[in-house]
Order: sequence, then C-alpha cells, then structure tokens
Amino acid sequence: MNTSTETQKDAVIAVEDARISFGAVKALNGAQLAIMPGECLGLVGHNGAGKSTIVNVINGGLTPHAGRIFADGAIQERYGINVARAHGVRCVFQELSLCPNLTVIENTRILHRELGGPGWRAKAREVIGRSLDAVFPNHGIDPAVTVGSLSIAERQMVEIAMAFSDAGIKPRLIILDEPTSSLDSGLAGKMLDYVQSFIAAGGSVIFISHILHEVLAVADRIVVMKDGGVAAERASGDFTEKSLVEAMGSVVKNETRQHSGRDLNAAPVVLEQRDTGLPFAAREGEIVGLAGLSGHGQTEMLLRLHRLRSRNWLPQRDPAVTFVAGDRRLNGIFERWSILRNLSVAALGDLVHRGLVNERAERSKAEDWRERIEIRTQNLDGGVLSLSGGNQQKVLFARALSTRAPVVLMDDPMRGVDVGTKQEVYRIIREEAAAGRTFVWYSTEMEEVCLCDRVFVFREGRIVAELTGEEVTEANILAASFAGLPA
Amino acid sequence: MTALQSLTQRPWIWSFLATALVWFTTVLMTGTGGALGLSHAAFTFAAFSVIVGTGQMFVITLGPGNIDLSIPATMTLAGTVALKLMAVDNGMVAAGLLAALGVGLAVGVANYTLIKLLRIPPIIATLSMSFIVQSIAIWTNRGLRIKPPQLLAEFTTSSTFGVPNTALVALAVTVVAWLLLERAVYGRWITAIGQSLEAARMAGVPVEGARFVTYVLCAVLAAFAGYLLASFSGGAALNMGAEYLLMSIAVVVIGGTSVAGGESNVPGIWGASLFMFLVVSMLNTYGFSAGVRMIMTGFIIISVIMLAGGWRANAR
Repeated sequence: MNTSTETQKDAVIAVEDARISFGAVKALNGAQLAIMPGECLGLVGHNGAGKSTIVNVINGGLTPHAGRIFADGAIQERYGINVARAHGVRCVFQELSLCPNLTVIENTRILHRELGGPGWRAKAREVIGRSLDAVFPNHGIDPAVTVGSLSIAERQMVEIAMAFSDAGIKPRLIILDEPTSSLDSGLAGKMLDYVQSFIAAGGSVIFISHILHEVLAVADRIVVMKDGGVAAERASGDFTEKSLVEAMGSVVKNETRQHSGRDLNAAPVVLEQRDTGLPFAAREGEIVGLAGLSGHGQTEMLLRLHRLRSRNWLPQRDPAVTFVAGDRRLNGIFERWSILRNLSVAALGDLVHRGLVNERAERSKAEDWRERIEIRTQNLDGGVLSLSGGNQQKVLFARALSTRAPVVLMDDPMRGVDVGTKQEVYRIIREEAAAGRTFVWYSTEMEEVCLCDRVFVFREGRIVAELTGEEVTEANILAASFAGLPA
Repeated sequence: MTALQSLTQRPWIWSFLATALVWFTTVLMTGTGGALGLSHAAFTFAAFSVIVGTGQMFVITLGPGNIDLSIPATMTLAGTVALKLMAVDNGMVAAGLLAALGVGLAVGVANYTLIKLLRIPPIIATLSMSFIVQSIAIWTNRGLRIKPPQLLAEFTTSSTFGVPNTALVALAVTVVAWLLLERAVYGRWITAIGQSLEAARMAGVPVEGARFVTYVLCAVLAAFAGYLLASFSGGAALNMGAEYLLMSIAVVVIGGTSVAGGESNVPGIWGASLFMFLVVSMLNTYGFSAGVRMIMTGFIIISVIMLAGGWRANAR
C-alpha cells in the first residue's frame, strides 16, 4: 500500500481502480495505471481489453464511474479535458483529428488556445514548424497548406508534431495510439528516435501499437491489458513477443471451445474473394470468422462481399447474401417503422402477390421468427425503438435469417448485447449452419471467433492468416493479429 | 373515444380540419348560396395540385435532399407539346396524352441521370433541368396559343354526377398512389430508403432502381397534370406551371408528410390542396388586396406546419 502511494506521488498521471461500464459491457474493471516522468510505457491488449477506454480516462474524455485519478501526486476531483491539457497531456489518435479544411497553421491555433491575439499566424507557424523540424527532420511540409491537401502520412506527421509542440504549456505526457500505422519505416524510425530523446529530457509517453517489436524496442515498461484490467506489467526487457501474446490471452476459457468438429473441406465453396492478402473462401454450412484487431479491414471486406453480390437497380428474386449490421443506428434499424416492418423488409420479395405485399403472410412469418428467436415483445406493431438494444439486434438477426440467402454476413453484431441474448443467437447460428447456411462473422470478441469453423485474421487491411478446425485458438489468433510473429 | 384517438393520430387529419374551418369561414361571409359553387371550384382547382403533389410526395419520401424542382417546366412542356401535336383534332386526344407522358418520362430519366452520373444534388439537378425544359417549351411554343381539342376541353371543364371530372381523375391517381405507398413493395422500399439509405441498401432494397422510378414517376405525373391543365384552361401558356413549384411542396408538407422523408401519406395531399385553394378564395371574399393576400397565405401555411409539426413532436 505504501509503495502504491509512493508511485502516485511521483507519477505524472496515475489512475487507480478505475471502473467504467457501457450497458452490460464492463470496459474498465478496476484498472491501475501510473506513468512516471521520463518513462515510455507500452500498452498492449486485444480488442475490448480496455486500452482506448483507459487512454480516454487519462486524456480527460471519459470520467470513470468509480476510481481515483492523481496528477502530479494530487488527487483530482474534477478531472477533465482541460485539467488534462493543463498537466501537459496530449493525444495522437489513430483516426486523424485535424480539420481538413483548415491549414496546418490554423489547426495549430485550434489546439493551442494560448496562441491568440494579433500575429497568431506567425506564432503558430513558428510553433508547429519547430516541432515538425524536431520530430521529422527534412519533412518538406509547408504549414500554410490546408490539411486536406496533404497525404495520409503527412497528416499523421503533422498530428504527431502537433502533440509534441510547445506553445506555452509544455507537453509532458504524450499518448501515441498506433502512431506508425500510416508512416513508412523511415518516418517511423525518425519518430521513435524523437520519442527516445523526449523521454531522455524527462517527458513521458504512452505507446500503443499492434507491432510488438516496436513496443518492445521503444518502451521501458509494458502493461498488458485484458478484460478491462491490467493482466501483466513488467519491464520491457522481461517480455518477449511470445510472452506478450501469451499474456494477452485468457487462461481459463481455453477449454470452452464448442466445436462441432465437422469436416467441411468437402463442401462446395459458396463465396470467394482474392484481392486482400490471402485468398478468402467460405464453404456451404460453414461458420467463417473474420478476426484481428478492430478496424483492420474486416468491415470493409464484409461490405465488399455484400456489394459484389447484391443488385442496386433491380430486385433480386434469389438474394445471394444478407447482412446483419453491428452499428444498428448506421445501417440496421429503420427507426420510424414497427418491429414487424423492420423484420420483414429483407424478405419482401417472398411475400409479394402481384406487386402488393401479402400482409397476412408477412405477419405469420414474423410471428414465427418472433417465437423462434424469442424477441421479447407482445406486439409486433410497436415501434422498433421500444425494444431494448439486445432485442433490436434480434430483430436484425430475424430479418437476415428470414431471407432465403445462402450466405449471412455479420458485422460484429453482438456489440453491447447481453450474455443471455448472445447464447440464444449462438444456438440459432449453429442450427442454421447445420442446415447448410454459410455465415461470415466479423467479431471483436475472442469467444465468438473461437466458435467458428474457419478463421481469417486481418492485419492492416489484409488477410494474414487462415486457421481451420483445431488451429482456431486464441493463441494463434493473437499471434497473427500482432505483427512480427510467424502466424 | 379510441376511434377519436386513432383519428387524431393520423397526420393528415389536420389539413382536413383546417380546410373545414376555412370553408365555414368563407361560407359565413358569402351565405349558404355560395357553398356549392365554392366547393365545386375548390375540387376543380385542387385536382391539379393533388396530381403534382402526389409526385412530389414520392420524391420527398426518399429522404433529405430529395426534391423535384422541374415540375413547373415539365407541366409547361408537356402541355405545349401535347396541344401542338393534337392540333385541335379530337382523334388525336390519346396520341397527345402519350406525347405528354413521354415528355414526363424523358424529363424524369434526364433528372436521375444528372443526379446519378454527375453526382449533382437533386435540388440543383432538377432546377437546372427545369431551365433546359422551359427553354425547349419556349422554342416549341413560339408564342402561339393552340386551343385543345373540343372533346378534351369539354371533358376537363365539366362534371359527372356533380363532381368535376378533373377531381375524379385526380382521385383515381391518388388511389393508385395510395396502393403503391401503403400496400406495394415499392412503397416499403422508398420509405426504407427515406429513413436510412445505408440500412436499405444492406437489407437488399434495390436502392438505385427505386430512386430512379420515383423521379420518373414524379415527372410523369407533372406532365399528366400539365396536359390536363392546358386542356382545362383553353391552351398552354408558358407560365402555366409557375405556381405549382411552391404548391407541390406545400401540399405535401401541410398534408402531414415528413419533410425528413421516410414517412408519407396520400390523404393529406387532398386536404392540403383544398385548403390552399380555399385560403385564397376566403381572403378574396373578405376583400383583401393582393399584397395582404400573399402575406396571409404565407402566414397561414407557416402556422399550419407549426401546429401540425408541434403536435406530432409532442406525440413522439
């Protein structure tokens, strides 16, 4: 106990016993993290481990539901974005956060409030120019051009330089979330060199990357997160790429695989795609998983599979694919419609009699599915938004499964769904697969990926590994998700 | 009580209530003798707004940004071309109708081509198309005013069982439109698209096809209205469509169709069209000058939209 208070006193920022839940999902479950001055802390973990959440707590974007935050040894009652910035916390996100319609100089002004007053352009040019020169010598970026006209790599460079720039409040803790994802190795090297000198001068860095040898090389200490907590924390010299991957995996759930052990290699291939890394193929009756860290091209793959096999101009008598959305608000639910209409929309082609919808058939089909998939409502005519999130998701499942399409594409559909619903849906998926349907299932949850017969692991927009049958294990998937290890 | 409740939940009920109110106010002034004539005139003139409004309703259903501003020009061109082709010959009535509908078809296809191929927002695509169409109408017309064939002129200006023929035609159009919207797969598709284009696409709705058909349908209905209006008013004039630009949108909105798309209704178009005609004639009866009449009309439209919109927002 004594040592932990000692750490808090010295730490730039320390988070103690932080807890955050989003609905049923516990994003942080008692996480501890302390960042010392002059230290580079590596942060690794698989999807849903809580990396982004704890980063958001540190930069003030999220307030934990329980737990304490210390800054420079003092407990912070009202920690927020402004307090974080005042303590020199800066963040570089994977998704670029610059305004594309403004110049680099103007973006600098937005970040640094203290750059106001007459002549701010000259001051801002000086601030960002100095920082760019320091981090990326010979960068060749003119700060007077709009961000939108820069290449992705150049934008990322500006973003990084922006975080390290000093216009009054000294940057003391920089959070780098996948900073090298759009930089080539030369630029990445320059940045990593600068990180070293920044640390040598007493600054602190939190470094998040899926490229493990980078983390091992840069970080002094590595924290492995899992299930919203810290799973391992050691000096980086005590880790190897292999032991890092092992630490990310869960030990207990290893034996819970529910494999049918079906041999599907003889079944006909129903879906093929060969333009992203290893060739993709799915067989009849197979549950195919798309795995890897989130945002590495899985959703794009599903959208492409859908686009190439559905028609935009004429109705399809025999649809080839159907889709279950993960982001219900974006491309799933029709908010003004009843549950009934939301459920039947994809299968309308089968319910038509002389161009008109056969409403009796529509209703009886919907009632069948309501019972089968146990949507908890008395009244199918109620608005779809009257249902809970899990039941809305069930409506989307019923919508897809009630079509005759032989292939069902699923875009991480279980996000934020409670455990009971998940088990029911897994059962239905297994039943349908046994009856000959093919499922292509992108999931960020290891437990779900391990239910699949065949898994394709994505990294940086490409398929880097194909695992079948007994090879589908958490260890193999983790190893393939992070660069640097042979899959 | 529940019957009353279910009635007040219909978005179109408000346009009919407003219509009844204006009707009584006008009849109070003119005396019961004028009531029949007023109603007859209202149905006659509302018919044209109903037909173009129905087309506009389908387009607005497609969601934010979808609107057809080429309706007036299409009406003018269709009327001009049809009357010129028929050349006061009773035998050419059907051919004239086909020519008018053909004009609508061509404008609709051109509209969607601009929207889709050149990726122009519908409001700009249809507006620029309307300039082209209007120019063609001017070139075709050349200042001549050709009379409609006798048969057609008689049909559009007379009544069957006391109901104006134009109103009967408009009624037939709206019955078909109602079937399309409420019972057909097409109606489901466009309301789905209006709520979320992406969700509709992922649910297997043929998005492009449905949008294309909708723009063509709207232009064809505008052309049909132009054909009827030119025959009714004794010849095509170059400005004959002008007032139907605002009218087509106003009747859709006052009728209770959601401006944001995805939720439409056909009966409200009738209520709103009758209302729009009656408001103007009421102000006429009360002897307001043209300027005051315009201001009052605008004011009344805004009030109706606010009342109906506010009521619906509370109900949610």
